[in-house]
Amino acid sequence: MTKGLRNKMKLEQLKEILQAKVLCCGDHLDREIEMVCGSDLMSDVLAFIKADSLLLTGLTNPQVVRTAEMAEITAVCFVRGKQPHAETIKLAEARKMPLLTTGLSMFESCGRLYREGLHSCDETK
Amino acid sequence: MKPNESKPSSGADPSENSGAFAGPDSTRYTKIQELVYELKVSDAMMRNIITTTPDTSMSELREILRANRISGTPVMEGGKMVGVISIEDFIMWLGSGKADCPIKEKMTTEVDTMYANEPLVHAIGKLDKTGYGRLPVIDRQSGKLIGIITKGDIIERLLHKLEIEYHEEEIHRYRASHIFEDIIGDKVALTFQSSVKGKDFSRAGEASSGLKKTLERLGIHPQIVRRAAIASYEAEINVVIYTDGGTITASVQPDKIRIDVNDTGPGISDVDKAMQPGYSTASEWVREMGFGAGMGLVNIKKCADKMELVSTVDKGTHLRIYIDINNTQEHSKAG
Ligand SMILES: Nc1ncnc2c1ncn2[C@@H]1O[C@H](COP(=O)(O)OP(=O)(O)OP(=O)(O)O)[C@@H](O)[C@H]1O
Ligand SMILES: [Mg+2]
Repeated sequence: MTKGLRNKMKLEQLKEILQAKVLCCGDHLDREIEMVCGSDLMSDVLAFIKADSLLLTGLTNPQVVRTAEMAEITAVCFVRGKQPHAETIKLAEARKMPLLTTGLSMFESCGRLYREGLHSCDETK
Repeated sequence: MKPNESKPSSGADPSENSGAFAGPDSTRYTKIQELVYELKVSDAMMRNIITTTPDTSMSELREILRANRISGTPVMEGGKMVGVISIEDFIMWLGSGKADCPIKEKMTTEVDTMYANEPLVHAIGKLDKTGYGRLPVIDRQSGKLIGIITKGDIIERLLHKLEIEYHEEEIHRYRASHIFEDIIGDKVALTFQSSVKGKDFSRAGEASSGLKKTLERLGIHPQIVRRAAIASYEAEINVVIYTDGGTITASVQPDKIRIDVNDTGPGISDVDKAMQPGYSTASEWVREMGFGAGMGLVNIKKCADKMELVSTVDKGTHLRIYIDINNTQEHSKAG
Protein backbone atom coordinates (compact mmCIF):
# COMPACT_ATOMS: atom_id res chain seq x y z
CA MET A 1 0.00 0.00 0.00
CA THR A 2 1.08 3.54 -0.59
CA LYS A 3 2.25 5.46 2.38
CA GLY A 4 0.08 8.06 4.07
CA LEU A 5 -3.39 7.56 2.69
CA ARG A 6 -4.92 4.27 3.71
CA ASN A 7 -8.10 2.91 2.23
CA LYS A 8 -11.15 3.63 4.30
CA MET A 9 -14.73 2.76 3.65
CA LYS A 10 -17.98 4.10 4.97
CA LEU A 11 -20.37 1.45 6.33
CA GLU A 12 -22.88 2.76 3.80
CA GLN A 13 -20.67 1.61 0.92
CA LEU A 14 -19.74 -1.61 2.66
CA LYS A 15 -23.41 -2.43 2.99
CA GLU A 16 -23.82 -2.11 -0.79
CA ILE A 17 -20.78 -4.26 -1.53
CA LEU A 18 -21.97 -7.05 0.77
CA GLN A 19 -25.63 -6.56 -0.24
CA ALA A 20 -26.24 -6.48 3.48
CA LYS A 21 -29.32 -5.59 5.49
CA VAL A 22 -29.03 -3.23 8.44
CA LEU A 23 -30.30 -4.72 11.70
CA CYS A 24 -29.78 -1.71 13.94
CA CYS A 25 -28.17 1.73 14.27
CA GLY A 26 -28.73 2.56 10.60
CA ASP A 27 -28.17 6.21 11.43
CA HIS A 28 -24.48 5.51 12.06
CA LEU A 29 -23.59 4.22 8.61
CA ASP A 30 -21.44 7.27 7.92
CA ARG A 31 -18.76 5.77 10.16
CA GLU A 32 -15.63 4.60 8.42
CA ILE A 33 -13.66 1.41 8.80
CA GLU A 34 -10.14 0.67 7.70
CA MET A 35 -9.70 -3.02 8.38
CA VAL A 36 -11.70 -6.20 8.53
CA CYS A 37 -11.45 -9.31 10.70
CA GLY A 38 -13.40 -12.46 9.88
CA SER A 39 -13.60 -15.00 12.70
CA ASP A 40 -15.85 -17.18 14.80
CA LEU A 41 -13.40 -17.35 17.68
CA MET A 42 -13.84 -14.49 20.12
CA SER A 43 -10.38 -14.85 21.66
CA ASP A 44 -8.86 -14.59 18.20
CA VAL A 45 -10.85 -11.46 17.57
CA LEU A 46 -9.74 -9.97 20.89
CA ALA A 47 -6.13 -10.85 20.16
CA PHE A 48 -5.85 -9.52 16.64
CA ILE A 49 -8.52 -7.06 15.73
CA LYS A 50 -7.57 -3.39 15.57
CA ALA A 51 -9.78 -0.60 16.83
CA ASP A 52 -12.14 0.99 14.26
CA SER A 53 -12.57 -2.10 12.14
CA LEU A 54 -15.36 -4.39 10.99
CA LEU A 55 -15.99 -7.87 12.39
CA LEU A 56 -17.42 -10.49 10.04
CA THR A 57 -18.72 -13.50 11.95
CA GLY A 58 -21.11 -16.42 11.84
CA LEU A 59 -21.77 -16.20 15.58
CA THR A 60 -24.87 -14.34 16.70
CA ASN A 61 -24.94 -14.43 20.51
CA PRO A 62 -24.67 -11.24 22.61
CA GLN A 63 -21.02 -11.95 23.44
CA VAL A 64 -20.20 -10.90 19.90
CA VAL A 65 -21.34 -7.38 20.74
CA ARG A 66 -19.53 -7.48 24.10
CA THR A 67 -16.36 -8.54 22.35
CA ALA A 68 -16.79 -5.79 19.80
CA GLU A 69 -17.33 -3.27 22.58
CA MET A 70 -14.15 -4.24 24.43
CA ALA A 71 -12.04 -4.18 21.28
CA GLU A 72 -13.55 -0.90 20.00
CA ILE A 73 -14.87 -2.51 16.84
CA THR A 74 -16.97 -0.13 14.75
CA ALA A 75 -19.56 -2.55 13.40
CA VAL A 76 -20.41 -6.25 13.08
CA CYS A 77 -21.72 -8.02 9.98
CA PHE A 78 -23.18 -11.53 10.26
CA VAL A 79 -22.53 -13.83 7.31
CA ARG A 80 -24.68 -16.45 5.56
CA GLY A 81 -27.89 -14.59 6.31
CA LYS A 82 -27.68 -15.29 10.03
CA GLN A 83 -30.25 -13.53 12.16
CA PRO A 84 -28.95 -12.61 15.63
CA HIS A 85 -30.85 -13.12 18.88
CA ALA A 86 -33.07 -10.22 19.98
CA GLU A 87 -30.77 -9.72 22.96
CA THR A 88 -27.78 -9.23 20.67
CA ILE A 89 -29.57 -6.45 18.81
CA LYS A 90 -30.71 -4.84 22.05
CA LEU A 91 -27.16 -4.76 23.38
CA ALA A 92 -25.82 -3.31 20.12
CA GLU A 93 -28.48 -0.60 20.11
CA ALA A 94 -27.49 0.43 23.63
CA ARG A 95 -23.87 0.65 22.46
CA LYS A 96 -24.82 2.49 19.24
CA MET A 97 -23.04 -0.23 17.29
CA PRO A 98 -24.37 -0.92 13.80
CA LEU A 99 -25.20 -4.58 13.06
CA LEU A 100 -25.59 -5.87 9.51
CA THR A 101 -26.37 -9.22 7.99
CA THR A 102 -25.38 -10.50 4.55
CA GLY A 103 -26.51 -13.56 2.63
CA LEU A 104 -22.95 -14.03 1.36
CA SER A 105 -20.57 -16.58 2.84
CA MET A 106 -17.59 -15.61 4.98
CA PHE A 107 -15.24 -16.32 2.08
CA GLU A 108 -17.21 -14.30 -0.44
CA SER A 109 -17.64 -11.40 2.01
CA CYS A 110 -13.94 -11.22 2.80
CA GLY A 111 -13.07 -11.53 -0.89
CA ARG A 112 -15.30 -8.68 -1.96
CA LEU A 113 -14.01 -6.33 0.74
CA TYR A 114 -10.40 -7.23 0.01
CA ARG A 115 -10.95 -6.50 -3.66
CA GLU A 116 -12.30 -3.07 -2.72
CA GLY A 117 -9.01 -2.26 -1.01
CA LEU A 118 -9.76 -3.03 2.61
CA HIS A 119 -7.16 -4.93 4.53
CA SER A 120 -6.91 -7.51 7.23
CA CYS A 121 -6.21 -6.67 10.85
CA ASP A 122 -3.00 -8.65 11.13
CA GLU A 123 -1.23 -6.93 8.25
CA THR A 124 1.16 -4.26 9.40
CA LYS A 125 -0.10 -0.77 8.68
CA MET B 1 -24.51 43.39 -14.89
CA LYS B 2 -21.50 41.29 -14.06
CA PRO B 3 -18.91 43.15 -12.03
CA ASN B 4 -19.41 40.41 -9.50
CA GLU B 5 -17.21 38.23 -11.61
CA SER B 6 -14.11 40.28 -10.89
CA LYS B 7 -11.46 38.33 -9.04
CA PRO B 8 -10.58 39.23 -5.46
CA SER B 9 -8.30 42.23 -5.52
CA SER B 10 -5.45 40.49 -3.69
CA GLY B 11 -4.00 39.60 -7.07
CA ALA B 12 -3.16 36.09 -6.00
CA ASP B 13 -3.95 33.29 -8.37
CA PRO B 14 -6.86 31.47 -6.74
CA SER B 15 -5.68 28.12 -8.02
CA GLU B 16 -2.58 28.59 -5.95
CA ASN B 17 -4.21 28.66 -2.56
CA SER B 18 -6.70 25.96 -3.41
CA GLY B 19 -3.75 23.60 -3.27
CA ALA B 20 -3.46 24.18 0.45
CA PHE B 21 -6.81 22.50 0.90
CA ALA B 22 -7.13 19.92 -1.78
CA GLY B 23 -3.71 19.25 -3.19
CA PRO B 24 -4.37 16.04 -5.10
CA ASP B 25 -0.86 14.72 -4.86
CA SER B 26 -0.13 15.57 -1.28
CA THR B 27 0.38 12.28 0.49
CA ARG B 28 -0.07 13.45 4.05
CA TYR B 29 -3.54 14.48 5.11
CA THR B 30 -3.47 17.29 7.59
CA LYS B 31 -6.14 17.97 10.17
CA ILE B 32 -7.51 20.86 8.09
CA GLN B 33 -7.81 18.64 5.05
CA GLU B 34 -9.77 16.15 7.09
CA LEU B 35 -12.01 18.86 8.44
CA VAL B 36 -12.91 20.37 5.07
CA TYR B 37 -14.24 16.98 4.03
CA GLU B 38 -15.89 16.24 7.36
CA LEU B 39 -17.64 19.58 7.90
CA LYS B 40 -20.68 20.50 5.83
CA VAL B 41 -21.48 23.85 4.27
CA SER B 42 -24.29 24.13 6.83
CA ASP B 43 -21.73 23.89 9.65
CA ALA B 44 -19.98 27.06 8.54
CA MET B 45 -22.64 29.22 6.84
CA MET B 46 -24.30 32.29 8.30
CA ARG B 47 -27.90 31.52 9.04
CA ASN B 48 -29.46 34.90 9.70
CA ILE B 49 -29.30 36.30 6.22
CA ILE B 50 -29.70 39.97 5.48
CA THR B 51 -31.54 40.30 2.18
CA THR B 52 -32.49 43.12 -0.14
CA THR B 53 -35.19 43.44 -2.80
CA PRO B 54 -34.72 44.28 -6.49
CA ASP B 55 -36.18 47.72 -5.83
CA THR B 56 -33.89 48.65 -2.95
CA SER B 57 -31.79 51.56 -4.20
CA MET B 58 -28.00 51.46 -4.47
CA SER B 59 -27.76 54.32 -1.99
CA GLU B 60 -29.80 52.35 0.54
CA LEU B 61 -27.58 49.33 -0.09
CA ARG B 62 -24.58 51.19 1.27
CA GLU B 63 -26.30 51.69 4.60
CA ILE B 64 -27.41 48.02 4.73
CA LEU B 65 -23.88 46.74 4.08
CA ARG B 66 -22.33 49.17 6.53
CA ALA B 67 -24.81 48.65 9.36
CA ASN B 68 -24.58 44.85 9.14
CA ARG B 69 -20.85 44.75 8.37
CA ILE B 70 -21.43 42.49 5.39
CA SER B 71 -20.04 42.51 1.87
CA GLY B 72 -23.12 41.45 -0.08
CA THR B 73 -26.68 40.17 0.11
CA PRO B 74 -29.00 37.87 -1.78
CA VAL B 75 -31.75 39.78 -3.56
CA MET B 76 -35.18 38.33 -2.82
CA GLU B 77 -38.51 38.78 -4.55
CA GLY B 78 -41.68 36.98 -3.45
CA GLY B 79 -39.71 34.46 -1.36
CA LYS B 80 -37.44 33.61 -4.30
CA MET B 81 -33.82 34.57 -4.75
CA VAL B 82 -33.47 36.56 -7.97
CA GLY B 83 -29.84 37.65 -7.67
CA VAL B 84 -26.91 38.68 -5.52
CA ILE B 85 -25.60 42.18 -4.95
CA SER B 86 -22.10 42.69 -3.57
CA ILE B 87 -19.84 45.46 -2.37
CA GLU B 88 -17.89 45.12 -5.63
CA ASP B 89 -21.08 45.97 -7.53
CA PHE B 90 -21.53 48.94 -5.24
CA ILE B 91 -17.98 50.20 -5.79
CA MET B 92 -18.31 49.84 -9.56
CA TRP B 93 -21.51 51.84 -9.45
CA LEU B 94 -19.90 54.50 -7.25
CA GLY B 95 -16.87 54.67 -9.51
CA SER B 96 -19.01 55.08 -12.61
CA GLY B 97 -20.50 58.25 -11.09
CA LYS B 98 -23.95 57.28 -12.37
CA ALA B 99 -27.18 58.33 -10.71
CA ASP B 100 -28.88 56.24 -8.02
CA CYS B 101 -30.76 53.22 -9.35
CA PRO B 102 -32.50 50.09 -8.05
CA ILE B 103 -30.35 47.09 -7.16
CA LYS B 104 -31.88 44.98 -9.94
CA GLU B 105 -29.92 46.98 -12.52
CA LYS B 106 -26.56 46.13 -10.98
CA MET B 107 -27.01 42.71 -9.39
CA THR B 108 -25.68 39.39 -10.66
CA THR B 109 -28.60 37.26 -11.77
CA GLU B 110 -26.84 34.06 -12.69
CA VAL B 111 -25.99 33.06 -9.16
CA ASP B 112 -23.82 30.12 -8.19
CA THR B 113 -25.19 28.37 -5.11
CA MET B 114 -24.19 25.59 -2.71
CA TYR B 115 -26.30 22.89 -1.13
CA ALA B 116 -26.28 22.88 2.67
CA ASN B 117 -25.20 19.24 2.94
CA GLU B 118 -22.21 19.47 0.59
CA PRO B 119 -18.78 19.14 2.21
CA LEU B 120 -17.02 22.40 2.95
CA VAL B 121 -14.31 21.58 0.42
CA HIS B 122 -16.84 22.06 -2.41
CA ALA B 123 -17.56 25.60 -1.23
CA ILE B 124 -13.84 26.37 -1.06
CA GLY B 125 -13.41 25.06 -4.58
CA LYS B 126 -16.32 27.05 -5.95
CA LEU B 127 -15.29 30.28 -4.23
CA ASP B 128 -11.83 29.91 -5.70
CA LYS B 129 -12.99 28.98 -9.16
CA THR B 130 -15.60 31.69 -9.55
CA GLY B 131 -13.82 34.38 -7.59
CA TYR B 132 -17.09 35.27 -5.86
CA GLY B 133 -16.91 36.47 -2.30
CA ARG B 134 -20.03 34.66 -1.12
CA LEU B 135 -22.32 31.83 -2.14
CA PRO B 136 -25.98 31.50 -1.18
CA VAL B 137 -26.77 28.16 0.46
CA ILE B 138 -29.85 26.21 -0.55
CA ASP B 139 -31.58 23.39 1.31
CA ARG B 140 -31.54 20.43 -1.06
CA GLN B 141 -34.99 19.19 -0.06
CA SER B 142 -37.03 22.39 0.02
CA GLY B 143 -34.97 24.37 -2.49
CA LYS B 144 -35.16 27.30 -0.07
CA LEU B 145 -32.38 29.77 0.68
CA ILE B 146 -31.23 29.01 4.23
CA GLY B 147 -27.85 30.71 4.53
CA ILE B 148 -24.88 32.36 2.95
CA ILE B 149 -21.25 31.33 3.06
CA THR B 150 -18.08 33.39 2.65
CA LYS B 151 -14.38 32.57 2.88
CA GLY B 152 -14.37 34.36 6.22
CA ASP B 153 -17.09 32.06 7.58
CA ILE B 154 -15.11 29.00 6.47
CA ILE B 155 -11.88 30.16 8.05
CA GLU B 156 -13.66 31.11 11.25
CA ARG B 157 -15.37 27.73 11.49
CA LEU B 158 -12.16 25.80 10.82
CA LEU B 159 -10.21 27.75 13.41
CA HIS B 160 -12.97 27.28 15.93
CA LYS B 161 -13.12 23.55 15.30
CA LEU B 162 -9.35 23.21 15.57
CA GLU B 163 -9.43 25.11 18.82
CA ILE B 164 -12.15 22.84 20.24
CA GLU B 165 -10.21 19.72 19.32
CA TYR B 166 -7.05 21.12 20.78
CA HIS B 167 -8.95 21.97 23.94
CA GLU B 168 -10.41 18.45 24.20
CA GLU B 169 -6.97 16.95 23.82
CA GLU B 170 -5.74 19.27 26.59
CA ILE B 171 -8.53 18.21 28.95
CA HIS B 172 -7.72 14.60 28.19
CA ARG B 173 -4.11 15.13 29.07
CA TYR B 174 -4.98 17.08 32.17
CA ARG B 175 -7.31 14.45 33.54
CA ALA B 176 -5.01 11.56 32.81
CA SER B 177 -1.94 13.03 34.40
CA HIS B 178 -3.36 15.19 37.15
CA ILE B 179 -6.25 13.27 38.56
CA PHE B 180 -4.19 12.18 41.54
CA GLU B 181 -2.18 15.32 42.03
CA ASP B 182 -4.82 17.11 44.06
CA ILE B 183 -5.15 14.21 46.46
CA ILE B 184 -2.70 14.12 49.34
CA GLY B 185 -1.46 10.82 50.66
CA ASP B 186 1.53 8.50 50.57
CA LYS B 187 -0.39 5.95 48.63
CA VAL B 188 -3.41 6.86 46.55
CA ALA B 189 -5.64 4.50 44.63
CA LEU B 190 -9.15 4.52 43.31
CA THR B 191 -10.75 1.11 43.75
CA PHE B 192 -13.98 -0.32 42.38
CA GLN B 193 -15.35 -3.84 42.43
CA SER B 194 -18.00 -5.81 40.53
CA SER B 195 -19.24 -9.32 41.09
CA VAL B 196 -19.38 -11.87 38.30
CA LYS B 197 -22.06 -14.55 38.21
CA GLY B 198 -20.90 -18.03 37.26
CA LYS B 199 -22.45 -19.95 34.35
CA ASP B 200 -24.62 -16.97 33.40
CA PHE B 201 -23.56 -16.14 29.87
CA SER B 202 -26.28 -13.55 29.35
CA ARG B 203 -24.54 -11.16 31.73
CA ALA B 204 -20.97 -12.13 30.97
CA GLY B 205 -19.00 -9.01 30.15
CA GLU B 206 -21.05 -6.58 32.21
CA ALA B 207 -18.33 -6.12 34.82
CA SER B 208 -15.67 -5.42 32.19
CA SER B 209 -17.99 -3.11 30.31
CA GLY B 210 -18.45 -1.10 33.51
CA LEU B 211 -14.71 -1.09 34.15
CA LYS B 212 -14.08 0.19 30.64
CA LYS B 213 -16.53 3.07 31.06
CA THR B 214 -15.06 4.09 34.39
CA LEU B 215 -11.51 4.13 33.01
CA GLU B 216 -12.73 6.21 30.05
CA ARG B 217 -14.32 8.69 32.42
CA LEU B 218 -11.10 8.98 34.36
CA GLY B 219 -9.55 10.24 31.15
CA ILE B 220 -7.09 7.38 30.78
CA HIS B 221 -5.56 7.01 27.33
CA PRO B 222 -7.88 5.06 24.98
CA GLN B 223 -5.16 2.54 24.14
CA ILE B 224 -4.64 1.74 27.83
CA VAL B 225 -8.38 1.50 28.39
CA ARG B 226 -8.70 -0.92 25.48
CA ARG B 227 -5.98 -3.21 26.81
CA ALA B 228 -7.44 -3.18 30.32
CA ALA B 229 -10.92 -3.91 28.96
CA ILE B 230 -9.78 -6.85 26.80
CA ALA B 231 -7.76 -8.41 29.64
CA SER B 232 -10.56 -7.98 32.14
CA TYR B 233 -13.13 -9.36 29.70
CA GLU B 234 -11.12 -12.52 28.95
CA ALA B 235 -10.73 -13.10 32.70
CA GLU B 236 -14.40 -12.43 33.31
CA ILE B 237 -15.42 -14.95 30.64
CA ASN B 238 -13.20 -17.57 32.30
CA VAL B 239 -14.89 -16.93 35.64
CA VAL B 240 -18.31 -17.30 34.00
CA ILE B 241 -17.35 -20.48 32.17
CA TYR B 242 -15.25 -22.40 34.68
CA THR B 243 -16.47 -21.25 38.11
CA ASP B 244 -19.60 -20.46 40.11
CA GLY B 245 -18.70 -16.81 40.37
CA GLY B 246 -16.17 -14.31 41.58
CA THR B 247 -15.19 -10.66 41.67
CA ILE B 248 -13.28 -8.18 39.55
CA THR B 249 -11.56 -5.44 41.48
CA ALA B 250 -9.82 -2.61 39.69
CA SER B 251 -7.46 -0.28 41.46
CA VAL B 252 -6.32 2.80 39.57
CA GLN B 253 -3.07 4.26 40.84
CA PRO B 254 -1.18 7.30 39.57
CA ASP B 255 1.07 5.17 37.38
CA LYS B 256 -0.78 1.91 36.85
CA ILE B 257 -4.04 0.01 36.84
CA ARG B 258 -4.23 -3.21 38.84
CA ILE B 259 -7.03 -5.64 38.07
CA ASP B 260 -7.68 -8.55 40.43
CA VAL B 261 -9.94 -11.33 39.24
CA ASN B 262 -10.74 -13.78 42.03
CA ASP B 263 -12.98 -16.81 42.08
CA THR B 264 -13.69 -19.71 44.41
CA GLY B 265 -14.01 -22.22 41.60
CA PRO B 266 -12.31 -25.52 40.84
CA GLY B 267 -8.85 -24.00 40.36
CA ILE B 268 -6.30 -24.89 37.70
CA SER B 269 -4.15 -27.97 38.34
CA ASP B 270 -1.36 -27.02 35.94
CA VAL B 271 -1.03 -23.26 35.52
CA ASP B 272 1.85 -23.52 33.04
CA LYS B 273 -0.20 -25.76 30.81
CA ALA B 274 -3.22 -23.47 31.04
CA MET B 275 -1.02 -20.59 29.91
CA GLN B 276 -0.05 -22.39 26.69
CA PRO B 277 -1.74 -21.14 23.54
CA GLY B 278 -4.47 -23.54 22.43
CA TYR B 279 -4.85 -25.39 25.74
CA SER B 280 -8.50 -25.53 26.70
CA THR B 281 -10.88 -27.66 28.73
CA ALA B 282 -13.92 -25.78 27.46
CA SER B 283 -17.00 -27.89 26.81
CA GLU B 284 -19.11 -27.97 23.69
CA TRP B 285 -21.62 -25.27 24.75
CA VAL B 286 -18.75 -22.89 25.42
CA ARG B 287 -17.25 -23.54 21.98
CA GLU B 288 -20.61 -22.88 20.39
CA MET B 289 -20.52 -19.41 21.91
CA GLY B 290 -17.21 -18.69 20.19
CA PHE B 291 -14.95 -19.33 23.20
CA GLY B 292 -12.64 -22.19 24.11
CA ALA B 293 -9.77 -21.55 21.72
CA GLY B 294 -7.32 -21.66 24.61
CA MET B 295 -6.18 -18.14 23.84
CA GLY B 296 -7.72 -16.19 26.72
CA LEU B 297 -4.83 -16.29 29.19
CA VAL B 298 -2.33 -15.72 26.36
CA ASN B 299 -4.34 -12.68 25.38
CA ILE B 300 -4.39 -11.34 28.91
CA LYS B 301 -0.63 -11.69 29.12
CA LYS B 302 -0.26 -9.84 25.85
CA CYS B 303 -2.41 -6.94 27.06
CA ALA B 304 -0.79 -6.72 30.48
CA ASP B 305 2.53 -5.18 31.45
CA LYS B 306 2.71 -7.79 34.21
CA MET B 307 0.50 -10.74 35.11
CA GLU B 308 0.36 -13.11 38.06
CA LEU B 309 -1.75 -16.26 38.13
CA VAL B 310 -2.11 -18.22 41.34
CA SER B 311 -4.51 -21.14 41.54
CA THR B 312 -5.29 -23.87 44.05
CA VAL B 313 -7.37 -26.86 43.06
CA ASP B 314 -10.79 -26.86 44.77
CA LYS B 315 -10.04 -23.48 46.35
CA GLY B 316 -10.01 -21.01 43.49
CA THR B 317 -8.01 -18.86 41.14
CA HIS B 318 -6.43 -15.43 41.61
CA LEU B 319 -5.38 -13.51 38.56
CA ARG B 320 -3.63 -10.16 38.92
CA ILE B 321 -3.09 -7.92 35.92
CA TYR B 322 -0.96 -4.75 35.91
CA ILE B 323 -1.16 -2.16 33.17
CA ASP B 324 1.16 0.87 33.12
CA ILE B 325 -0.85 4.00 32.56
CA ASN B 326 1.97 5.71 30.73
CA ASN B 327 2.93 2.84 28.44
CA THR B 328 0.97 3.80 25.33
CA GLN B 329 3.29 2.07 22.87
CA GLU B 330 1.68 -0.51 20.59
CA HIS B 331 1.95 -3.81 22.40
CA SER B 332 3.88 -6.66 20.90
CA LYS B 333 2.02 -9.45 19.17
CA ALA B 334 1.16 -12.63 21.01
CA GLY B 335 3.97 -15.18 20.90
N1 LIG C 1 -10.81 -19.04 36.50
C1 LIG C 1 -10.54 -20.30 36.11
N2 LIG C 1 -10.88 -21.35 36.85
C2 LIG C 1 -10.62 -22.60 36.45
N3 LIG C 1 -10.00 -22.90 35.31
C3 LIG C 1 -9.60 -21.90 34.51
C4 LIG C 1 -9.86 -20.56 34.87
N4 LIG C 1 -9.33 -19.77 33.90
C5 LIG C 1 -8.80 -20.60 32.97
N5 LIG C 1 -8.95 -21.88 33.34
C6 LIG C 1 -8.43 -23.06 32.61
O1 LIG C 1 -7.40 -22.65 31.74
C7 LIG C 1 -7.71 -23.01 30.40
C8 LIG C 1 -7.17 -21.97 29.45
O2 LIG C 1 -7.87 -20.76 29.62
P1 LIG C 1 -7.90 -19.68 28.47
O3 LIG C 1 -8.73 -18.54 28.91
O4 LIG C 1 -6.51 -19.41 28.07
O5 LIG C 1 -8.59 -20.45 27.28
P2 LIG C 1 -10.10 -20.88 27.12
O6 LIG C 1 -10.95 -20.17 28.10
O7 LIG C 1 -10.16 -22.35 27.14
O8 LIG C 1 -10.42 -20.38 25.65
P3 LIG C 1 -10.58 -18.87 25.17
O9 LIG C 1 -10.22 -18.00 26.31
O10 LIG C 1 -9.66 -18.74 24.02
O11 LIG C 1 -11.98 -18.71 24.77
C9 LIG C 1 -9.21 -23.16 30.38
O12 LIG C 1 -9.64 -24.04 29.36
C10 LIG C 1 -9.48 -23.73 31.76
O13 LIG C 1 -9.22 -25.11 31.79
MG1 LIG D 1 -10.80 -18.06 28.31
